[in-house]
Amino acid sequence: MPNWFKYSAPVAFYPLAGRMIPVFWALALLFGIPGLWLGLAVAPVDFQQGEAYRILFVHVGVAWMAMFIYLVMAFWAAIGLAFNTRLSGMMALALAPTGTLFAFLTLWTGALWGKPMWGAWWVWDARLTSSLILLFLYIGFIALTRAIDDPRRSDKAGAILLLVGVVNVPIIYFSVKWWNTLHQGASLSLAKGASISPLMLWSMLLCALALWMYTIAVALTRARLLILERERNTEWVRALLSPA
Amino acid sequence: MTIHWNSLADFLAMGGYALYVWGSFGVTLLLLLLEPLLLSRQRRALLARLARQIEAERHERKTGAAGGEAP
Repeated sequence: MPNWFKYSAPVAFYPLAGRMIPVFWALALLFGIPGLWLGLAVAPVDFQQGEAYRILFVHVGVAWMAMFIYLVMAFWAAIGLAFNTRLSGMMALALAPTGTLFAFLTLWTGALWGKPMWGAWWVWDARLTSSLILLFLYIGFIALTRAIDDPRRSDKAGAILLLVGVVNVPIIYFSVKWWNTLHQGASLSLAKGASISPLMLWSMLLCALALWMYTIAVALTRARLLILERERNTEWVRALLSPA
Repeated sequence: MTIHWNSLADFLAMGGYALYVWGSFGVTLLLLLLEPLLLSRQRRALLARLARQIEAERHERKTGAAGGEAP
């Protein structure tokens, strides 16, 4: 069994991440291209929503990622507070801009879907409002961590914000069940399975997987930048950057 | 696995929902291309900055402290 703790040290994580990034880019394309092809070219029209339903193939993926990235950041926040590992704070920081991007895209694609289906770009509905709060939590986390210069204190403050805000994620997820909302119910649920046809389900899953792989590739790239920046005065970074 | 559309124009029109469908996919793809592009620019800038810093320190050691030490 490999010693996983070894990779919690930036010196070991940096080269490992560098080797993994191209793999995740390749996987993103491997899932994304057939996902888009099936979703945009092959999948049949929806009998209720016409061709506009195809927004589902991007909307569901970005919305899942917006929620999932927040959960992963909260996980790193908890690890950082519990074990005081340097890397956990950097992982949360590395994921934050990508999470913000997906939270924005959730609202953007949602608005473009809402307009033709409901007649409104935006309504103050439970699902939409809690998704807007998620975007504000991401922006708040970035603003807070940037406002504190000392990395240790910045990581700690960010971690506390992440853990307090994590309560919003189940609220988003279950909002369509708890409240009477305009937003349609889940396309895929553990209890009831899929509520859409298998071909649509596959397109949706492939697109979501592609976004997942994209997120890992981008977050690892950003984590490597943060490591270089924060560890710039250590010997291993010096050795790495000095011309041989 | 037959293609759902009769023509390219048909595909682009998206049954009258072109603005909404292409607005969703287009902006998403654009931002997903922009983010890694910005990251690679950030990486180049950071590497250049760190290289300058290392070079400056090396120079300082060779010529003695540049700013001079307090008496």
